[in-house]
Amino acid sequence: MKPVPLENTTMTQPAESAPPERRDSSAVLPVAASAMPPVGAAAPTPPAAVAMRRFSAWYGRHQVLQAIDLDIPERQVCAFIGPSGCGKSTLLRWVNRMNDSIVGARADGTLTLHGSDLLGRTVDVVALRRRVGMVFQKPNPFPKSIKENVVFGAKLHYRLARADLDEIVEKALRAAALWDEVKDRLGSPALGLSGGQQQRLCIARALAVDPEVLLMDEPCSALDPRSTASIEALIRQLRTNYTIVIVTHNMQQASRISDTTAFFFEGRLVENSATDLLFTSPTQKQTEDYVSGRFG
Amino acid sequence: MTRPEAPLTSRTRMSQVVLIACALAAFIAVTALASLLLSIAVEGTGSLSWKFLTSFASRKAASAGILAPLAGSVWVCAICAFVAIPMGIGTALYLEEYAKKSRLQGIIQLNISNLAGVPSIVYGLLALAVFVRCFGFRSGETPLSFSVDWSAMRILSPGDPDSLWFIQIPFGSGVLAGGLTLALVVLPIMITASQEALRAVPKSLRQAAEALGSTRWQVAWRVTLPAALPTMMTGAILSISRALGEAAPLLVIGGFLMVMQTPTNLMSDFTVLPMQIYNWSGRPQEEFHRIAAAAIIVQLAVLLTFNALAIFVRQSFQKPLQS
Repeated sequence: MKPVPLENTTMTQPAESAPPERRDSSAVLPVAASAMPPVGAAAPTPPAAVAMRRFSAWYGRHQVLQAIDLDIPERQVCAFIGPSGCGKSTLLRWVNRMNDSIVGARADGTLTLHGSDLLGRTVDVVALRRRVGMVFQKPNPFPKSIKENVVFGAKLHYRLARADLDEIVEKALRAAALWDEVKDRLGSPALGLSGGQQQRLCIARALAVDPEVLLMDEPCSALDPRSTASIEALIRQLRTNYTIVIVTHNMQQASRISDTTAFFFEGRLVENSATDLLFTSPTQKQTEDYVSGRFG
Repeated sequence: MTRPEAPLTSRTRMSQVVLIACALAAFIAVTALASLLLSIAVEGTGSLSWKFLTSFASRKAASAGILAPLAGSVWVCAICAFVAIPMGIGTALYLEEYAKKSRLQGIIQLNISNLAGVPSIVYGLLALAVFVRCFGFRSGETPLSFSVDWSAMRILSPGDPDSLWFIQIPFGSGVLAGGLTLALVVLPIMITASQEALRAVPKSLRQAAEALGSTRWQVAWRVTLPAALPTMMTGAILSISRALGEAAPLLVIGGFLMVMQTPTNLMSDFTVLPMQIYNWSGRPQEEFHRIAAAAIIVQLAVLLTFNALAIFVRQSFQKPLQS
């Protein structure tokens, strides 16, 4: 594949625009009408929750991401798509610094959450992860009860009375559309739940910390179609309150649930636009080939 | 496509041969152990009595008992467990959860593995210098001593040797020195077992805890340790069993053979069961061989008690993970 010139990597950035650092978050994507709240004719562009400027990342000497410029709009669902090894999961894991535990992982450029830097040495990752939750590919509930799972993160960050805990459990489980299924057995082991229920429990666990951004790394890839459908419906609901970034290999899924989609290829951001546009009229040849199933 | 068929009979025959070989190996091992236990039981049970358990050593086999070594073994192993288990788990936690994968960490790791193979008598020599003599501190003088008087809430110096809270420096060859010596011997085993236990905890659980904003200590305390503890307790069982059977390092630090009292504090003189067994079985008289066998039975009983305790701890920590 021939590399795509950086100036054309995003639809949002005209070739002659100001230097990336000066761009403010309002210069964002044209968003499809369906994805917008029905407010007026003039579609208000949501501010960026997470913004990247010339963001590059390495594992040792191997560069996995090259000069990514990307805004993730607030309270929307942003999907990362692309073939395996394109760097989309790496990018996701930089937003809550999960790569810190990987020896040799480093990054360059800027990465901000609501304007505050996330990459500096002084960034408190514990505080960052309170603001940025994560759901993993495989459901990974703790070998504890359902209730203990939900309150695990909340107990780390807040001083809570018993009554508060009960409230948090109910609120988080309702938000994760799991409450009705488990309300009578909050004390039973979380590992006794089905795969789909476990994944929703992991989402509830992340929500109980009250994050601003929720990162999801292929959250449905280990689930059956019915569980996948329930998680997808849940994601659509959650976008009213949370900014969601989801990595997915499933392009139908991306088109069903996301407002914006970013297509990555070999460490570069090839195209980023409203999901409808990206799937129906991509501007880049590589995007078109990928979404039409010609490769990847 | 036709493929030549592998002859089925020779394959099943091979399978049977392996089965028989494995069964034979197991049979030989079990028979050897069983015959050993049986011969000890036959020789020793006659000498087992309440009097045997509650008497001190004697020149006459008929009136000799094992109260002193029995109490000594329990004291020393308790001290050893108290020191070695937390230290072993702590070291494993540091190496697995905190230490960066560096060259230094590799050297520490290699040393721990090597230490597990060092003959225990070498630890005895080390302990003689460090614990018993405290590097020659006050050698030739009266040791520095103190004791705690809890009723008056004050520290006495020089200490009262009859008090339970009596410490002297250097330690001399008391139960404290003995327990610390055995802790040195078993520490590599305990560390390695704890590390294995920590490595067996699924990475996904750690990641889940990290992603929720846990500090390293919170990850370790709330997720990794509870998951690893049952396996760590198995390591503890192995360690304590090893400590209970050690005689050589305690001989080096100057354990006594004729002790006419049970330990009253950490500085008390002591002897342990393996040393008593060694002493009795080395004597020419037949009667002493019989009470040595009886002492072996007692030693096995103590071993099983310690192991049962560790298993109990393991069970009580091991919550049902799956419904």
